[in-house]
Amino acid sequence: MIKKNIAVSASGLIFNPDTGESFSVNPLGADIITFIKEGNGRDEVAQKVMEKYQVEKASFEKDYDDFMDLMQTYLLIENDD
Amino acid sequence: MTTKKPLTIAVSALNTIDSPGPGIAVIRALREAPSFDCRIIGLAYESLEPGIFMHDLVDKTYHIPYPSAGIDTLFERLEYIHEKEKLDVIIPNFDAELYPFIRLEKRLHEMGIATFLPELEQFEERHKVNLNEFGKKYGINVPKSKVYFELSELQNVGKSFDYPLLVKGKYYDAYVAYNLEQVKSYYHRIIAKWGSPVVVQEFVHGTEFNVTGLGDGHGNTIAAVPMRKQYITDKGKAWGGVSIADKKMLALTNSFISQTKWRGGFELELMKDKKGDFYLLEINPRMPAWIYLSVGVGQNIPEALVNMALGKKVEPFKDYKVGKMFVRYSWDMIVDIEEFQQISTSGEL
Repeated sequence: MIKKNIAVSASGLIFNPDTGESFSVNPLGADIITFIKEGNGRDEVAQKVMEKYQVEKASFEKDYDDFMDLMQTYLLIENDD
Repeated sequence: MTTKKPLTIAVSALNTIDSPGPGIAVIRALREAPSFDCRIIGLAYESLEPGIFMHDLVDKTYHIPYPSAGIDTLFERLEYIHEKEKLDVIIPNFDAELYPFIRLEKRLHEMGIATFLPELEQFEERHKVNLNEFGKKYGINVPKSKVYFELSELQNVGKSFDYPLLVKGKYYDAYVAYNLEQVKSYYHRIIAKWGSPVVVQEFVHGTEFNVTGLGDGHGNTIAAVPMRKQYITDKGKAWGGVSIADKKMLALTNSFISQTKWRGGFELELMKDKKGDFYLLEINPRMPAWIYLSVGVGQNIPEALVNMALGKKVEPFKDYKVGKMFVRYSWDMIVDIEEFQQISTSGEL
């Protein structure tokens, strides 16, 4: 789950208010974060992304996992427990 | 509607240089205080402190003697300034001048000049030469450190510390040393500038954070603003930073204030290691040069400090804006040589 207090701007700037770190993501990354923060699950996010970006499901799955790993590395995700 | 009462406030540390004093930032905050208007009297040690020539911020400046001249010499000078300017409050902003000002606090109050400074015991126990004991006493993580008075004692420093290590002056300056030769070189440099002793401190790898705040002297936090340094100069000074919402840092700050019953402004210098643990590197017993960020996030700490010095009830700040940045810059002023001559020869401008 993406941390609730993570802010994402329209231009793709992510700001972590706990650490002061900021990151830039491309429009696809910004959309994924926005979809997740809206409460969508993985399948719903996949559906929305595929509709907007014309991407294959398999390709989405791999890129999504890589992206979420990166988010985890930068402590932008908190575990449910 | 607030009635603004004009106050005459003397502020030191007008050296907005590459290792800036907090004075000008404090003055900017005071100028924007909604609860009072003020006339600012600058207190300067050197004739080229830039704040002396910032006439839109500083109404008049007086030279004051260095702390090494002694408390009585300083007091005589302050009496002279007070006679001319009728000071309401003095805010000293240099670590090295705090000791004489704390010692003079009672005499200044008798003259009608308010201050809001830490007590002598608080000032002494947070000193970097006492940081180990401070950490033990209050249960706060501090890096291991040791005080060295003589060069010969440093010969075996490698047995007590792993390299790299930090060599620090008792008031200012800190250098990272990677071998004994560098330790000796920094020892000489620091001793020449700040005198004995030097402090050798374990080097904690991590990210630098700072908190500035204000304690009421009874254990209550009036203000606290945490900041992450974003741009650090070769002198280790923050040239850019952003306000953050780290709960651990705020808890550490509240614990520091409640346990020490800190009175006045302060800055905590912290290092966050890879595990996410904070280490307290230093406690600066005055507001930092980036104090204007506190105004930017909604906690005008210098204003609150003045009101507390005057004995007014100040409610603790409840909130601040996260994600506000400060970006420092340098600026060349054009100054007539006559102004420089006047401050140099008469000690007033």
